[in-house]
Amino acid sequence: MRAFADLLERLVFTPARGAKLALLRDWIATQPDPDRGIGLAAITGELSFSAAKPGLIRALAAERTDPVLFAWSYDYVGDLAETVSLIWPARAGGKAAAPSLAEVAETLATASKADLPRIVAGWLDALDASSRLALLKLITGGLRVGVSARLAKVALADHFGRPVDAIEEAWPAVDPPYLPLFRWLEGAAPQPRAIDAPVFRPLMLATPLEEGELAALDPAAYRAEWKWDGIRVQLVATRLGRKIWSRGGEEISSAFPEITEAMAGLHAVLDGELLVVRDGAVAPFADLQQRLNRKAVGPKLLRDHPCAVRLYDLLFEGEEDLRGLPFDARRARLEAWYARHRPLRMDLSPLVPFASWEELARLREGARAAAIEGLMLKRADSPYVAGRPKGPWFKWKRDPLTIDAVLMYAQRGHGKRSSFYSDYTFGLWRADGELVPVGKAYFGFTDQELAWLDRWIRNNTVNRFGPVREVEKALVLEIAFDAAQLSSRHKSGVALRFPRISRIRTDKPAGEADRLETLLALAENRPREAPLTASGTRGAVPPPAEREV
Amino acid sequence: MPPHPETWLKVTPAGLWCEPANLHIDPARAVPRAVITHAHSDHARPGHGAVLATPETLALMTRRLGEGRAGEVQQALRYGETLDVNGVRVTLRPAGHVLGSAQVVLEWQGARAVVSGDYTPRPQPTCAPFEPVACDLFVTEATFALPVFRHPPAEGEIARLLASLRVFPDRTHVVGVYALGKAQRLLALLRAAGYDAPIWLHGALAPMTEVYESFGQDFGDLRPATVANKDALRGAIVLAPPGAIQDRWARRLNDPVVALASGWMRVRQRAKSRGVELPLVISDHADWDELNATIDAVGAPEVWVTHGREEALIHACAQRGVRGRALHLIGRGEEDEATEAET
Repeated sequence: MRAFADLLERLVFTPARGAKLALLRDWIATQPDPDRGIGLAAITGELSFSAAKPGLIRALAAERTDPVLFAWSYDYVGDLAETVSLIWPARAGGKAAAPSLAEVAETLATASKADLPRIVAGWLDALDASSRLALLKLITGGLRVGVSARLAKVALADHFGRPVDAIEEAWPAVDPPYLPLFRWLEGAAPQPRAIDAPVFRPLMLATPLEEGELAALDPAAYRAEWKWDGIRVQLVATRLGRKIWSRGGEEISSAFPEITEAMAGLHAVLDGELLVVRDGAVAPFADLQQRLNRKAVGPKLLRDHPCAVRLYDLLFEGEEDLRGLPFDARRARLEAWYARHRPLRMDLSPLVPFASWEELARLREGARAAAIEGLMLKRADSPYVAGRPKGPWFKWKRDPLTIDAVLMYAQRGHGKRSSFYSDYTFGLWRADGELVPVGKAYFGFTDQELAWLDRWIRNNTVNRFGPVREVEKALVLEIAFDAAQLSSRHKSGVALRFPRISRIRTDKPAGEADRLETLLALAENRPREAPLTASGTRGAVPPPAEREV
Repeated sequence: MPPHPETWLKVTPAGLWCEPANLHIDPARAVPRAVITHAHSDHARPGHGAVLATPETLALMTRRLGEGRAGEVQQALRYGETLDVNGVRVTLRPAGHVLGSAQVVLEWQGARAVVSGDYTPRPQPTCAPFEPVACDLFVTEATFALPVFRHPPAEGEIARLLASLRVFPDRTHVVGVYALGKAQRLLALLRAAGYDAPIWLHGALAPMTEVYESFGQDFGDLRPATVANKDALRGAIVLAPPGAIQDRWARRLNDPVVALASGWMRVRQRAKSRGVELPLVISDHADWDELNATIDAVGAPEVWVTHGREEALIHACAQRGVRGRALHLIGRGEEDEATEAET
């Protein structure tokens, strides 16, 4: 239990993915079975206990502690499980042996509800404070250490020197503590296989297109599609199950029950964009955001933010792997498959016909709809390969919008950037002369610009609030962003999509920075006369006058 | 019947004052005559007339404050020696907190008061161990006076630091430590754990460490981190003041694991808000159990609490029939809060 407590402790305080992987590899390398598999399952949420409710923990603490001291302590610490783990008094007399992770898991699986308080109290007596916290978080189902199943699989792949795809394939065939999986990875048994299991296949990704590259490309060799502004997903429906995977291989099925329902009876692996769609029109990304990062979803959200998937590609039809076919052939199969099944909550992402790059560039300029980020270019002969190969697929984002905003606050970054003020809150002028914060940006600048900004902030600080500095309202930053949305959750009434620092405008006095109305006029969901067309495109909104290309 | 402590030991704007001896103990402002329990800045302020303290404390104070600022006249009193000041018997006993730290034992007309300064009841390798002294009045700190503060054995925390070096062999492990006491304790603990590689020190830690060495302590191979290059610091342990571990100074380190050694690290939110990746619960103060065990050991019917979370300690005293009183001394505990502030 102590080793597991140490791992949790490290993961909680470690933001960097690489460092998390190192910690997981160390766990895999050093822990015995079955603890090692149980630990992985517990931190990735594959194994979760909800045996103990907070009430039980609170009652146990009340039996052992002074109520006044407990109240002050809870008030100070702010977390029930942590307070109890720290305040739990040592029992006079000999200490029982600390339970192993496997013992805890086994006992919880079989113990009756009535025995639970006695069992948990016995464990708390036998453990040190860190292990008590790990135990309490484990049995109340609140580990929250930011480790996904995918990350655990990558750590396994790293440690055993196997491709992560092979681990993905084997994963559905095993359950915690994954003993057959470890035996295979250690070379002592064949790969566990679940025929036709709904497993994740790594996606094919596009590289950004540099304007200059176009001239060298043959327009006839490429197909174009709109780049929809939702989240990339992989839908996998087989006889054994239906799953929705995110781009990174996280399972997100439970957050989108209407989609898994629509997948009933299908047998295919599909690549597409998950979007909120109302009456045939794609809603802005902010609407989809309401649906993300949820374990479950309520009826109101399902009704007001209904989701659909716009299909890009067909990877498997039935058990037939189409990934080796050229794009054109897969597209034909996708269209035929779609025509045959007509699945609910899915449609095809249309191809955008074009004869020359000039024509395509004009189409791209005209597309200012909330739901379109730009264009995708895919070589007609490209097979579907995992990862981000350079050449077969390009993303050609539309030019960003820009505003000139005033730097208001700066916060320190994390990890490598912890000594730099690298997170910037910027604002625009309201008609009454007040500067209102409209967003935060923490990328877009070069290392030299970051060093310059850090120095400027330290020299122009007017106030400090913990890690945040308020600065002289004197520095203008040109902010690039993909879209603006009206939002009642922000003081300014507007939210930016992908804001980043595009230039430091030392040449511009703060008083001449943009006004809030300028930004509000760019918001895509502001009331207007012309409604969105069915495909979500619109061409009538001119770019702002001060926009730089 | 001996006089009640309140008749001869008083709280003045400058702090605790023993009237018959005309002595202030750890005064917050310059006074003519002061007894100093230990050399931390919230106890040892500059500019006093005469200063009475252990030889170690006088040396540390002088080094920290500068020649002539640590009392116009200094008088050294060793542990266990007694000095008569206007009929008040003054004795210094080890407090176990930092090198030279002492409890001030005051005896007057048959009554005995102990002013403990800051104290660490569990033995640690860099200073003389704490000695409980039976008394009628015990004056205590209450920095960690909540039952959630039970410091784990420091050796276990050092083991976690060394385990991290094994998992991240290329990353510099930078540990935030207070310059006086915590730094030297970490050095001694690391050496005791068998870590014999060079340990790199931020420049601000060197003077206090040199004073420890002048009193015969050996910390092995210490090197200045400030002039080292990134490659030399790959996989090394670097000690630095808490304010430096995440600021510009730390840019010279190789992809650092940021650790902080403090009793406050026991609470996750404290560690999180500092952005610490490896919190080490190593404290130079008494934890909750130690505060209460000390109060029981000295057997005083009355306990005065100088600073910290006095309400919880006074509550716990009351349950045992001990009278508690909060002094609310100004300016105390800043030494600890310094780890919270940005510098």
